[in-house]
Amino acid sequence: MPPVSNTLLTVAGVDKTFPGVRALAHVDLDVRAGEVHALVGENGAGKSTLARIIAGIDMPEAGRMLLADRPYRPKGRKDAEAMGVRIVMQELNLIGTLSVAENVFIDRLPSRFGFIDYGVLNRATRNVMAQVGLDRVDPSMPVGSLGVGQQQMVEIAAGLSRRCRVLALDEPTASLTDNEVSLLFAQIERLKAEGVGIIYISHRIEEILRIADWVTVLRDGKVVGTREAAGLDCDEVIRLMVGRDMVKAAPALTGVRSDLALRVIALRGGDKVRDVSFDAYRGEILGVTGLMGSGRTEAMRLVFGADPREAGDIYLGGSERPARIRTPKDAVERGMALLTEDRKAQGLLLSLSVRANISITRLADVSRLGWIDSALESAAARSYVESLNIRCASPEQSVGQLSGGNQQKVVIAKWLYRDCDVLIFDEPTRGIDVGAKFEIYQMLAALARKGKAVVFVSSDLNELMAISSRIMVLSAGRVAEVFEQGAWSEERVLSAAFSGYITAD
Amino acid sequence: MAGDYLGMVVALLALVIVFSLSAKNFFTATTFRTIANQIPDTTIVAVGMTFVLIIAGIDLSVSSVLALAGAVLGIVLVNWGWPLPLAIVVCLVVGLVCGAVNGLVVVRWRLPSFIVTLGMLEAARGAAYRVTQSRTIYVGGPLEAITDTTILGLSLPLIGAILIVVVGQLVLSRTVFGRYLIAIGTNEEAVRLSGIDPRPYKVAVFLLCSSLAAVAAVIRAARMSSANPNAAIGFELEVIAAVVIGGTSLMGGRGSVVRSFFGVLIIAVLGAGLAQIGAQEHTKRLISGCVIVLAVILDQYRRRVRNA
Repeated sequence: MPPVSNTLLTVAGVDKTFPGVRALAHVDLDVRAGEVHALVGENGAGKSTLARIIAGIDMPEAGRMLLADRPYRPKGRKDAEAMGVRIVMQELNLIGTLSVAENVFIDRLPSRFGFIDYGVLNRATRNVMAQVGLDRVDPSMPVGSLGVGQQQMVEIAAGLSRRCRVLALDEPTASLTDNEVSLLFAQIERLKAEGVGIIYISHRIEEILRIADWVTVLRDGKVVGTREAAGLDCDEVIRLMVGRDMVKAAPALTGVRSDLALRVIALRGGDKVRDVSFDAYRGEILGVTGLMGSGRTEAMRLVFGADPREAGDIYLGGSERPARIRTPKDAVERGMALLTEDRKAQGLLLSLSVRANISITRLADVSRLGWIDSALESAAARSYVESLNIRCASPEQSVGQLSGGNQQKVVIAKWLYRDCDVLIFDEPTRGIDVGAKFEIYQMLAALARKGKAVVFVSSDLNELMAISSRIMVLSAGRVAEVFEQGAWSEERVLSAAFSGYITAD
Repeated sequence: MAGDYLGMVVALLALVIVFSLSAKNFFTATTFRTIANQIPDTTIVAVGMTFVLIIAGIDLSVSSVLALAGAVLGIVLVNWGWPLPLAIVVCLVVGLVCGAVNGLVVVRWRLPSFIVTLGMLEAARGAAYRVTQSRTIYVGGPLEAITDTTILGLSLPLIGAILIVVVGQLVLSRTVFGRYLIAIGTNEEAVRLSGIDPRPYKVAVFLLCSSLAAVAAVIRAARMSSANPNAAIGFELEVIAAVVIGGTSLMGGRGSVVRSFFGVLIIAVLGAGLAQIGAQEHTKRLISGCVIVLAVILDQYRRRVRNA
């Protein structure tokens, strides 16, 4: 390790307010060349705002910034990029109908006489993609046809491929598998060696402790502390973030596994799911994991009737006869719920109120002869806002204005209200802050204790191992292994996750 | 709620005041009688169109469906000599059939309603010419009773139109059906994954819109005393303009029937006012075009201010 590297970017006393919110208050930050400086904090703590200001997207109201000891006042994102400061944002910034290559090189497409030179373009893209381990992706494929995780890798690859002095990565790993995270980290190490200063925002503390040299904790727009990552541990970071001690361990399951709630036999459909069979029992949390593209999400969608299945039977509640599930309507009527991976696109009515989002699954019960009884409806919504601790101004506030964690709680509320027997949660904690994550773990455990069958899909092994009764690992569209509680370890789960690919290709 | 309508009321009053000051014959009973006669059919179709726009659809076929339903009404009444109530029923059935075709094709083949109703726009117009052999049918007599009946000085069509507006608004804002439509327009996939099949609701909306076009056909035939296969060409755009001026989003999920009614009034007052100050047809259209765009800009601006 070199002794002390030079400060590359200095942020001093930066203020930023949004209508009604003090987003940043006198924030100071030093980013040194060749080091990773992590920003952590709960949602709404101001991490992304700070990164956006550094990247020239938002303008600070006070304070100053220096880049290599010279005043740095970007007038916009382009301006910042011209000075060598780049950001890879949390929200995907890709154009779905354009190809991977066109997206990566969108602002510098190689051309001849105005015509795009696809040979050069695709070759260059292949190099860029190989750096992040996506050498199997065809550069001429439309980005929209990739999964969310791969899209994120494309976005990251596009950011990494450009020369820069300071690179901000906002939640780059939110939808990545551990394998992809390792590839990303290798790239970060390369950039460090080249003397790039990196600002790294993530909710995943283990990750930060692995990659960061410095950690700055933000809370309510203020810097709570900046520490050297070497001497830090998880608990201390969480304590700084939350400002109180977090109940560390996820709730232990007291519920006993009882009757069969869901049996899936030889499920096949789409190009991802080849042969999936599993059982889920009342009173358990069945963890489901697998690498990206292993068919986790797709299998759950098939079970729920969201996509047409080519083969396979689904049995509910221990019945001998297969359940007729061809649409989500069938599934819901038979007591199933699916909380989708992409809550904004598939789970929520963003512009509508919290009330309307919660009541949608059971409008018939708050109405008489087709007329909604608004008192009943509001009462139902209010009771879930309280019991799930959904932070909103009122149940009339539109869901789009809530933070990610609270949006996720609204999705959970609508399914709790429906009172289903089998609840499938696909990545329920993605992109939400630590506090809300723990609340969601508690909810899953409470559901299992009440005798529900909970299927919990996640790419975060730590959370899976903390709260699952069993863990099913999918690999290449098949069930690779099902681990009983205590029989798993990170290594065993991972090797199961890779197993399907070793023989396949 | 009241704030929702305030902007529209102010705009409408402003127009009335401006025209009253600039044309000495504007603020008279005659002007308002003319407007009251003009708006019922536009209003009724605007209610249906609001529903279609709310589910993020569009119905371009209303004008042709209106012409076809009117043509059939004329034939059944005059050529076949059926009694009026029965003729009206047949006319409404024509509307229902057109709406069912629109809705089922949209849902079954997952086509954009723009395309499907564009097809219906042509097909229904062609059918209207065909059944009438391109001739206008004089109906007169029994139908005129509809326009001539007045209650408290208001004509039957106007009362009917206002009633449809009120019921439409209540259905949209108070019923499970209305809530599903708003939800479908906001995020159809989320609705589907919530265990609600959006398809029957979408079909119902197209049925409703075309049926209301058929109702408008009866009123129009009564007003004109005739069924004209050339009736209402370009009428769909006038209706869409009114609905959009009322702040209903073409992207779906947001809209108000009452505000669409105000949109109809604004267009009608603008038309009558411009005629009074002696504007020619081309000038009227030029100004109307600007007003439509301006109204939507203002509406968006107002919403942004309120959300901030």
